[in-house]
This record gives sequence, C-alpha cells and structure tokens, in this order.
Amino acid sequence: MATLELHSLTKNFGATSILKSLDLTLASGEMLVIVGASGCGKSTLLRLVAGLETPSSGRIILEGEDITNRDPSKRDIAMVFQNYALYPHMTVAQNMGYALKLRGEMKEEIARKVAETAKLLGLGELLSRRPGQLSGGQRQRVAMGRAIIREPKLFLFDEPLSNLDAKLRVTMRAEIRRLQQRLAITSLYVTHDQVEAMTMADRLIVMEAGRASQIATPMEIFEKPANLFVAQFIGSPAMNILQPAEAAFANIPPNAVIGIRPEHVILDNNGLQLLIDLVEPLGAETLIYGTLASGQRLTLRRPGGPPGVTTLQVAFPQEALHLFDSVTGERL
Amino acid sequence: MERRTLFPGKLLPIALMVPQLLLTFIFFLWPAGRAIEESVTAANAFGTNTLFVGFDNFTALFTDSQYWSSVGRTLFFCAAVSLVAMSFGLLFANFTDRNLRGKNWYRTFLIWPYAVAPALSAVVWVFMADPQIGLIGRYLGPNWNYGLNGNQAMGLVIAASAWKQVSYNFIFYVAALQSIPRSLTEAATLDGARGFTRFRTMIWPLLWPTTMFLLVVNLVYAAFDTFGTIYALTGGGPAGATETLVVKVYEDGYIGNDIGGSAAQSVALMVLVVALVSLQFKFLNRRTAA
Amino acid sequence: MNRQNNYLAHAVLIFGVLLFLLPIWVMVAGATQHAGAIARGDISLIPDRHGLNIFWQALFFKGVASAGYPVWHMLLVSFAMALGIAVGKIAISLISAFAVVFFRFPLRRVMFWTIFLTLMLPVEVRIIPSFAVLSSLHLVNTYGGLTLPLIASATATLLFRQVFAAIPDELVEAARLDGAGPLTFLRDMVLPVSRANIAALFVILFVYGWNQYLWPLLVASTPAYSTIVLGIVQMISPDEMTPWNMIMATTTLALLPPIMVVILLQRAFVRGLTDVDK
Repeated sequence: MATLELHSLTKNFGATSILKSLDLTLASGEMLVIVGASGCGKSTLLRLVAGLETPSSGRIILEGEDITNRDPSKRDIAMVFQNYALYPHMTVAQNMGYALKLRGEMKEEIARKVAETAKLLGLGELLSRRPGQLSGGQRQRVAMGRAIIREPKLFLFDEPLSNLDAKLRVTMRAEIRRLQQRLAITSLYVTHDQVEAMTMADRLIVMEAGRASQIATPMEIFEKPANLFVAQFIGSPAMNILQPAEAAFANIPPNAVIGIRPEHVILDNNGLQLLIDLVEPLGAETLIYGTLASGQRLTLRRPGGPPGVTTLQVAFPQEALHLFDSVTGERL
Repeated sequence: MERRTLFPGKLLPIALMVPQLLLTFIFFLWPAGRAIEESVTAANAFGTNTLFVGFDNFTALFTDSQYWSSVGRTLFFCAAVSLVAMSFGLLFANFTDRNLRGKNWYRTFLIWPYAVAPALSAVVWVFMADPQIGLIGRYLGPNWNYGLNGNQAMGLVIAASAWKQVSYNFIFYVAALQSIPRSLTEAATLDGARGFTRFRTMIWPLLWPTTMFLLVVNLVYAAFDTFGTIYALTGGGPAGATETLVVKVYEDGYIGNDIGGSAAQSVALMVLVVALVSLQFKFLNRRTAA
Repeated sequence: MNRQNNYLAHAVLIFGVLLFLLPIWVMVAGATQHAGAIARGDISLIPDRHGLNIFWQALFFKGVASAGYPVWHMLLVSFAMALGIAVGKIAISLISAFAVVFFRFPLRRVMFWTIFLTLMLPVEVRIIPSFAVLSSLHLVNTYGGLTLPLIASATATLLFRQVFAAIPDELVEAARLDGAGPLTFLRDMVLPVSRANIAALFVILFVYGWNQYLWPLLVASTPAYSTIVLGIVQMISPDEMTPWNMIMATTTLALLPPIMVVILLQRAFVRGLTDVDK
C-alpha cells in the first residue's frame, strides 16, 4: 500500500469549475472519506485519481510517482462502483480473476488467489454464479473481492453502499472497515451519507462547491467544525444556528452567529421559553422541535420518552457553544 | 448518446472504420455519383464518346408517358400490396393476442413465410395459379390467363408479393399488441367496450404508430424488394402491365442498355427512397418514444 | 374471452396457417409425382411415397440454365453468399460501431453520416451503376462481387451503435481499471455482452443473403456462380418438357435452409427483427 498526494488538483468543465485547487496527502493504510452533497465535486475527485478524467491542472503522485497523465489501466488502482459494475457475462470467479488474467498471471495462481479472496469475503459457494443470480449484498462483496484480489496501491470507493437497504448498509459498512483495517488498504471513499463518513473514516474531507471545507478526523470535525457549512452538514439532527439576539447570550461579539448541537441544549427553570411544535420519540431518545420567543427555531435531543408538556424552559451552556463569523461563516 | 468514458487514441478507431468506409465509397458513393453523372450525359451510338446534355435525360424521362404509367402502376401496386399484407398481418396478430390454446404454434406457423425469397414466392404461386398446372388456376376457366391478361397479372403479382410480406407485419403487430398494458384493455372492458368496439376505440389508436411505421416499410418493400417476384412471375408483362419502376430500371439499363435514361431513373428513385426512409425514421423515433 | 370468440379465432388462424402452408404443400406433394401428370394439371395433394427419392435426385439435377452445375452446387453458392454477407456485415459493422461509440477522433461525425447515407439506397435503386463499378473492378462472377456490395449497408452499424451505447459507463471504467485496452475490451466485454444481438442479426442477414435475386442476376452471369434462387427461376420456362417435379423438389430444397433458420432461431429472429427495424 502506498501514499497518495494531490497537488493543487483542479478540474473545470468549460467555464464551470468542478474542483478548485485541492491539496491532499493520504498516508499508507489510511481511510480517507470524502463527504458532501451531490454536485460538490467529490465524484470528480475520485475519477481524476482513477484516471477516468484528466485534470485541468495540478498533479497526482502515487507512491512517489507522478501518475497525472497515466492511463487508468496502468495506475494500479482499484475501484468499487456504486452499481458494482460487475461483468454480467462472467462468473464471480471470472469477475475477480479478470485483472489478474490480463496481467498474464498463471491459471493456477489466479485460481488460488480467487479461492483465497472468496474465503475472506464468504463468497466460496458463489464462485460459479453470475452477477444476475446474486443479491445486492453478495454483489457488493464480489465488487470488493475484485478490487482486493489485485492488491492495488490504492482503493477507490464510489458510494459503494448506496444501493443497499438500510440494514445491509450497516453490516457492510462494518465489514468494509474491518477489511480495510486488516489489510491496511489505502483508500479514498466517497459518500453523501454522514453516518457512513463518521463511522468509517480515519480522516474526513467535507466538500462544498469544489473546495475542501475541512480535512480532519471525524471527532475533530464534529467537535470543532471549521465553518457554518461543516457544522450543519455533520451531525443529525443538524446543529442549531441562532442569532445572538436572545437575551440568554452574554459576551457574544455582535458579528457572530451561535451554533449549538441539539443534545447540548439543557433544561433550566430560569431559561428561555420554548413552544413545542413537534415531538419525535425514537425510543431511547426523543427529538423536540420548537420555537423560541424571538421566533427562532430550535431542536433538542433528550434521552427518554416525550416530555408530555407543550412548553419547556431551555438554556445554552457556555462551553457547548460554537461561534461563527456571521459574514464569512468561519469559526471564531 | 454521448458516453462519459472513452478510450484514448485516434489511429485505432480510424483503422476500425476503414473497411466500412471503403465499402461505402466503392459500392455506394461511387455508383451513386456515377448515376448522377450518367444522368446528365449521353453516349453516342458506339459508346465511344459522351457528352454533357444537362437535364435532357430527365426531360425525356418526365415527358415519357410510359414512364408516368409505370409510376402510376407502381403506386397502385405498392398501395395494394401494403394494404393486403398489413390487413392480414393485423388480423392474425389480433387473433393470437389472447388466451388461446396453441397460440404459440399458430405464431410459428405464421412467421416462417418471412424466410421465403421473393423470387421463390413467385415460383410457389406459379404452382397455385398457372392456368394449366396450377392447383387453383386450372379451375378458373378459359378466361384465366395471366400471361395474356394484364389485370390478372397485376392481381397475381400483388397476391404473391403480399403473401410473403404478411408475416413481417404479423411479427410487428404481435409485438405492438403485447406492449399494450393489460390494465388498459381491462379498463375498457369494464367501461363496457367489447369486441369490435373495443378494438376500434382502444386498440387501433394505440397501434397507430406501428401502423404508420409498417406502412413505410411495406411501401419500400413493395417498391424495391418485389423485383424477384414480378420478374419471375410475369417478367413485367404482359405488355408492361406489371412493369414497376425497378423492373423498368433493370429492363432499360441492363437489357435495353439505355445508360443515360436508366441513370436518370435511378436518380429519380434515389430521391424517392430518401423521402421514404426519412419518413421511416420519423415514425421509428415516434414508435420507440411511445 | 367467451367460447364463441375463440372458435372464430381458431377459424381465422387456421385459415391463415393454410394460406401459407398450402402452396408449400402443393410443391412438396407435387415434387413426388410424375412431371407429365403435373404438366397436364393433375397435381394431387397426396404425395406419392414412391417418388420421395426425387429430393435426392434433385440435388444432382442439372438445371436448364446452369449447364454443367447441379443443384447441390447452387445450394453451396447460396450458402457461401448468405454466410459471407452475414459474417462480413456483422464483422464490419461491429468494429465501425465500436469505433464510433467508444472513441473520439477527427471527422467522426462525417464518417458516421457517410455510412448512414448508405441506408438510404437499397441495392435495387443503384443497381445499374453498381454493376458498372463492379465490372470495372473485375468483380463480376466472383464471390466478392456477390457479397461485398450487399455488405455495404448501414443498418447493422446503426443497430450495434444502439447496443453499445447501452453498455453502462461503469462497466467500461471497471474494465479499464482492471487493465483492459480497447481491443481487449472489445473481445472480453463488448462481444459477449452483445451476443444475443449478433445472433439475431445473423438470422436476418442470412435470410436476406440467401434470398437475393436481382443482384446475382447481374453479377453471376456464368453458371459457376449461380445461386439456387437464380437457378430455379431460370429453370421455369414455358416448355412442355419442363421437369416440374424436379423444379418443385429443387424449390423445396431452396426454401428449406432459410425457413429452418427462422423456425429454429425464432426467438432470436423476432427479437432481432423488431430491434433492427428492417
């Protein structure tokens, strides 16, 4: 496994700028997750690294070698696609062995590696089936196997779990992460799902409009979001953003907006009055949506069941507040 | 239509195009160009000299009453063949589109005539209609002789040409009927439409795009692919009674050796085909859009 | 559906089946009978089982026009022509469609539209000038002359273009990342994935090639290149001596191969036809 460096990587389609001068270094064995809304440039970034698109400027260095203009077939990079892109006319074994066959490896050697990889992924029974005869989760595993078997320098994942149902997604998520850590696979993983991003990443890039808003570990991003966009994108329900108009806020600079996560709002008999609009009991906890006297909306996450009242008194502990510049959105 | 992922390289794709382009140039552009060139020239009696005559060949062609009667004959022939072949195709398709025992057998037995060569369908019909040896022809009395009677000859080439084409229309109507959602006909039935009313008010309008598409295909078939049928059955006779435009091109150009005149006819035909095929594409697009 | 309706349906369909089967049956039955009886107008619908070996004899029968060449030879020529057209057209269309869909190169559009133009003109329309060109290339009375002009047509290229355009981008990308170059991709992905379309097209083109009449009429002027369809039509002459039973047997033999292909590959054929649209 290898390191990957991107130097001011830029991609424009005509006049539209998809990726704006991205710098990034990926350590060997690291899982870097790229998260962002659709159209933020995260898939383009992946395709540039794979060689499926040509960058407008910038350089891609893999294991010390400049591969910016190298054909995808010569980059030694494997990719797991959203729709798996399994070869429909080949069996599972042929799908997994195809790259090895093209590389000219011996038949016995291919068979041995296929069997080994199949065992690792629990695909032993399915080797002679075709993709059309597999379930979604099985196809996902074959796609993984096809990538692993090559022992490539770098793994790319393009929203690999988004075609699975919710339950399977949780198991596959853990499985991929376990495998990735065990084999120390250097990986770039694109997703729009922030839970996936938080749970799988060594480090996380939050992308917005072709730029990296923040690159850090998941917990750093959660605890210290670099700007308003990241603050609202990561965490569910999203962080509350309040204007400092409320009397409860003292010592707040006038050019700041205030963020507080729903679970950090506390109940306080001397606090502000919150008129409850909607209550969503989730079992272990309850989400409460309400309106403050100033007209600003607020979301709370409370352990236990519904409160059984129509108003609450709430307060905002000083240490849980995030402050952002009201103009630039940057963290203060 | 545009793909996201392409292979790099310019030489390989051009090399892959070369065989097709070569054939297109040699067997299409060159002859077509030659036809156009010959249509505006005339050779002297010995064929040693050609000279530019402008639109003379076309003027001669378009003032030739024989040419116009051939045009009229071809139009009538094409319309008749299309009507007969499409009606039978639709009739049979409509009756196999239901829960009928043995319907797959019926389909097989109605599809195979597609494989009959147009020229051989003429041979088959000789055995049916010949006044002496024909299974039916010998009972039709002394007035039945398509070798002498032009109207009878026309009727026969229409029958033989349409006979072979029914299965083509059948196949397309079966496909079109199958693509009509069951819920739609069921709704019509619940609304009280049945039998012919249901066909006329529900099914026929839904088949309309297919019908228009087939009409063009049948016209093209009748105009060009029936040469074998006509030539083998009647040779264009008697007295030119079954001489369609393609038969005339062959007669004038190959047998009669009238190069300029036949070239002018070819050019006129090309214009006609371009018009028909453009129509076909229009309906093809509509059919696939539907 | 009520029962009365079904009776009507059966009646109409049986009529249809007979409409097509009867003429063929007349021919098959007639073939087994005496030429003289047929010429007198005494074709019976019941085959004469003593006459069945006519089909065997017909293979070695020397037709009127094809002096010296027996029917089996004409069948062979037809087979070679049909096969040549089918294989040649599929091969040439396949690679040109592959180039158009998976590459970008200079004049791509011009080339595609040039090919597309050939769709416009069936061989019947350009028959005389095509023959003139063929003569100047010395291709008269050659297999090249029989097949090449009929291979030059755009329909198959259009079909393959449509099929290839439906191959998902991700499949191409996966193959490229697995190390496949364009020709490897063509062999390992494109061909297997469009196998069904190729089969369907083969059926249609084989029948198309086998059934040609006008073109061989011009190009095959010596009996050595006479196709079976050509040979039969030339055998029919208004002559008292016409060996009708032999002609009927020969026609049966000529009809058999394409009909068998269509019936045996019915599914592929119907699909192919409705895909190709001509």
